[in-house]
Amino acid sequence: MELQDIIKPENKVYGKPSLMNETPMHYCPGCSHGLVHKLVAEIIEEMGMEEDTIAICPVGCAVFAYRYVDVDWIEASHGRAPACASSVKRLWPKKLVFTYQGDGDMACIGTAEAIHAMNRGENIAMIFINNAIYGMTGGQMAPTTLMGMKTATCPYGRQADLHGYPLHITDIAATLEGTCYVTRQAVNTVPNIRKAKKAIRQAFENSLKGKGCSLVEIVSTCASGWKKTPQQANEWMEENMFPYYPLGDLKNTVE
Amino acid sequence: MDEKKNDYVLLKGNEAIAKAAIRYGYDGFFGYPITPQSEVLETLAVDKPWETTGMVVLQAESELASINMLYGAGCTGKLAFTSSSSPGIALMQEGISYMAACELPGVIVSVGRGGPGLGTIQPGQADYNQAVYGGGNGDYNLIVLAPNSVQEMCDCMGKAKELTFKWRVPVVVLSDGVIGQMMEKVLLPEYTPRRTDEEIHQQCPWATNGIGLKNRHYNVHSSLEFDPLVMEERNHKMTEKYARIEAEEVDYEYYMADDAEWLIVAYGISSRVGMKAVDILRKKGINAGMFRPKTLWPFPNRVLFDTASKYKGILCVEQSEGQLVKDVRIAVEGQTYVSHYGRSGGMIASPVEVYHAFKKMMEESVNSKKGYWIK
Amino acid sequence: MGKMRGAIVVDEERCKGCNLCSIACPLNIVKLSMTVNHKGYNFAEQTDWEKCTGCTSCAIVCPDGCITVYRTKED
Repeated sequence: MELQDIIKPENKVYGKPSLMNETPMHYCPGCSHGLVHKLVAEIIEEMGMEEDTIAICPVGCAVFAYRYVDVDWIEASHGRAPACASSVKRLWPKKLVFTYQGDGDMACIGTAEAIHAMNRGENIAMIFINNAIYGMTGGQMAPTTLMGMKTATCPYGRQADLHGYPLHITDIAATLEGTCYVTRQAVNTVPNIRKAKKAIRQAFENSLKGKGCSLVEIVSTCASGWKKTPQQANEWMEENMFPYYPLGDLKNTVE
Repeated sequence: MDEKKNDYVLLKGNEAIAKAAIRYGYDGFFGYPITPQSEVLETLAVDKPWETTGMVVLQAESELASINMLYGAGCTGKLAFTSSSSPGIALMQEGISYMAACELPGVIVSVGRGGPGLGTIQPGQADYNQAVYGGGNGDYNLIVLAPNSVQEMCDCMGKAKELTFKWRVPVVVLSDGVIGQMMEKVLLPEYTPRRTDEEIHQQCPWATNGIGLKNRHYNVHSSLEFDPLVMEERNHKMTEKYARIEAEEVDYEYYMADDAEWLIVAYGISSRVGMKAVDILRKKGINAGMFRPKTLWPFPNRVLFDTASKYKGILCVEQSEGQLVKDVRIAVEGQTYVSHYGRSGGMIASPVEVYHAFKKMMEESVNSKKGYWIK
Repeated sequence: MGKMRGAIVVDEERCKGCNLCSIACPLNIVKLSMTVNHKGYNFAEQTDWEKCTGCTSCAIVCPDGCITVYRTKED
């Protein structure tokens, strides 16, 4: 069998989802953001929700998310995506409304908006990329930076007396009555990517069915911010991030 | 309360705002309680428009959230409004700048109180600069309407609706604690149905609501632009639009000014005080009249400039230490003497006080050069 | 029963050479090229296509959606 016998349109089993456009993504090589964007595009496509999706992106590395996935996007101000999504979903109750935020956006500057949107039980899905660092601004300390972890603004390592402790916003979310589904996932391996996709899909369906607020945390890498290769970053995440931010469902009242 | 259409009711200004919004077909309200405007949300909560017109009403967790809810609503082509008072409006400035940058519709009702800081909960007009010049970053303008009665509070909601979609500029209804709290007779408008999704799609092809996505490029609302040349081009386009608004939307009125030799300039509640002061001045044989800007941006610069030389002196009356007066001086360009009388911190000038201040201005104007900064 | 035969096509200009595909490939037949694309990245390429089963692992882990996978059953 020759190569041209295999590479035929009818034999295509996997490719870039059609909702993900040709614009090259600005993310660094190996960045988890790209993977999550791809999953989001795949899911919206599979659900056939292109004309019924309103996506809201943050300030941070994902500020340009709107360049890559062909759905209508709103670029919210720093931390306010959940507030923006709240009004959008209430005004357009049949639409799939989701936010896409990083750790600085959701767990620091926008903590109030995130917690109150979740607590009101807004029928939105929230995707939360936690890479324990501020990527866009050049690797400063994030609310989720691990103890002892070095960043540009805690160059000797995060220490409690100077910087306080990492914020477990996903654990807080699970305690709120307005959330219906809270889960922590990763996209470092093929099985984990499949699980993360399933989780985002459920969150999206919860938004459509009006079940309440869903939060999907993706424990992610920031190879540039961590000053590692993408492979080393994945290994470091497995060793250091997963024990602190263990994967799995924290809450699911929909099943 | 269940009004029949077009009947007169006795309402507070804040209540009129709420009832007018329901009748003008607003899609949503997002706000946070603050004195002296809390009756807006309270009235909406009592009237439950979500059961009748389908209007969404949500008490937000903060003014930061309120304005970003308004931002989201505007992005998707919906007609929404928020209301707040001075410190709350201060918190909204970032979101207002974002709305202006994305050229979004939205109505912000500002019921001013005395400041700065927490200030007082008594009425104030010290937020002229905040509304007209803004506290948000960047080159932008907002259309600012200045009602002076409960009826005009009501009417402004209709005018704001029209202007904000016509120009895609956020509109501020700049009121104050007096108009918000006082009760007057109001003729409420007839009910206008809220627009359907299809109407929104037709009228707002720029909206990010997904409708018709398969037959168009996807829409984005973002104020971010890394290319300075592109950003400058965006600014130029907005500036051109602002110039058209300045040419078309200026609104003002006169009181007893046809034969006036002396002028009071006042807006909002101060114009009501100003009218009484003019009456007193006329009784004392002084040819005084009043000029009242009804739009604070666009400001009636042109008409003030063209007519300034008719007047021997102008007194700006406002409930602040002097904000409107600066715009009047800019407009007049030194052609006549311009002075200021203001109470602040929640105090309201009486017509008699204004009469005495006016007399003082008349004396000063004779002895002063017509200089810009001469008191 | 026929053997599964697969092949991949890499969007070489879109690839950023992160190497995650190479790590994910169970057969170790995806590597970074010796040459670079216009952005200066060593891009992914299949070294031994005859071994490929079209499992899609390389494409699934690709953050930039650069890899298309084809698969068919050998008669």
